[in-house]
Amino acid sequence: MRSAVGTPQTGRSLHRFANPGQFLRLSGAVLPWLTAGAIALTALGLGWGLFFAPADWQQGDAVRIMYVHVPAAWLASSGYLALAVCSVLSLVWRHPLADLAAVEIGPVGAGFTALCLATGSLWGKPMWGAWWVWDARLTSVLVLFFLYLGHVALVRAFDDPTRGYRAGAILALVGVVNLPIIKFSVDWWNTLHQPASITLTGAPTMALSMLWPLLIAAIGYMLAFAAIVIARTRAAVLERRIRSLLMARAASDGGEAATSMLPQEGV
Amino acid sequence: MTRKRRRLWILVACGLGLGSATALTLSAFSDSLVFFVSPSDLVKGTQNARTVRLGGLVEQGSVERSGGGKPVATFRVTDGANSVKVTYAGILPDLFREGQGVVTLGTLQPDGTFRASEVLAKHDETYMPKEVADALKRSGHWNPDAGPPPPASTWNTLAGNKPGT
Repeated sequence: MRSAVGTPQTGRSLHRFANPGQFLRLSGAVLPWLTAGAIALTALGLGWGLFFAPADWQQGDAVRIMYVHVPAAWLASSGYLALAVCSVLSLVWRHPLADLAAVEIGPVGAGFTALCLATGSLWGKPMWGAWWVWDARLTSVLVLFFLYLGHVALVRAFDDPTRGYRAGAILALVGVVNLPIIKFSVDWWNTLHQPASITLTGAPTMALSMLWPLLIAAIGYMLAFAAIVIARTRAAVLERRIRSLLMARAASDGGEAATSMLPQEGV
Repeated sequence: MTRKRRRLWILVACGLGLGSATALTLSAFSDSLVFFVSPSDLVKGTQNARTVRLGGLVEQGSVERSGGGKPVATFRVTDGANSVKVTYAGILPDLFREGQGVVTLGTLQPDGTFRASEVLAKHDETYMPKEVADALKRSGHWNPDAGPPPPASTWNTLAGNKPGT
């Protein structure tokens, strides 16, 4: 810990990726592969799960919602973890790309969480008999959704973007306490939601003919999440670059030229 | 101490504080964070005359259905130690069967029965194709009415989900 913080080496290696030009080059090379992999694996996993995997012995074909729901739930939580990592980089190391990435992760994570909640509701009605119940798992995921929405709103709520980044990072880090609650809610308390089928410690309680498409779909979702966030961050970097070019041009031209270049406010 | 390191330690300290505050709060409220109470909790009698959710397994051989204008079902919900008789007028969920987990919403009547206004089915975390379930039942490894299926490692082999003998 001692040597990892604040030494010139760490600072340099962290900030090598902060160079926007470097980031644009690297991400530009990676993005097409990520996108292709995301589309291929998601299509393979979902196609396999929705059409070819066996139906469950007690849930029948309704179990197929799992292939859409479970990867979305995993990505909702791990996306929030990524947001938290960006927030630490932003608060401690003032990493400029982490700021931009955090802003772009928010809406994507909210989208995946919304997908998880919606498909969970569609699954709950035929199996449990209720669209929604206020058990610990469902409630904590709803809180996660609101945390994402709060972050999306807060980072855009300040005139000075830097203050927005700081406030958003603090909110994101406070919300991290929710992640273990989501994960362990089904073990700590009685819930209607069943415990996890796939754990790090034990064998999965799921037939392999169902597990494979689920894992492939999950990897596809993961690549899709990364591809969307990287594409959005690239757009944000380019946007910032264009804005500073416009500002520089306006400053050098001066007078009437400047007012015609920038968006007019008021009259 | 550099500014970066100071910021990191402040963050760690805030995280520890927030984490322990959350842990304390959750453990203090854990009684109200449960979604349902067990038959043993209900029998202990702290929940009288209140609307509560009662959860447990449907006891083997306890389900009686009577038809008529509105279907009425009575069954016993058990957690192994205690069981409570539940009456419910309405349509039971598809997954309802003996040995299945259920969560019922209702009140404990003075005569010791539980009148439910809602019955939800709770399924476990085991997913298996119908053929595997049938094979397990045929070979006598598992009776779905009696309890949860055997661990997946005993029937989940890479060679096409053939249940072990």
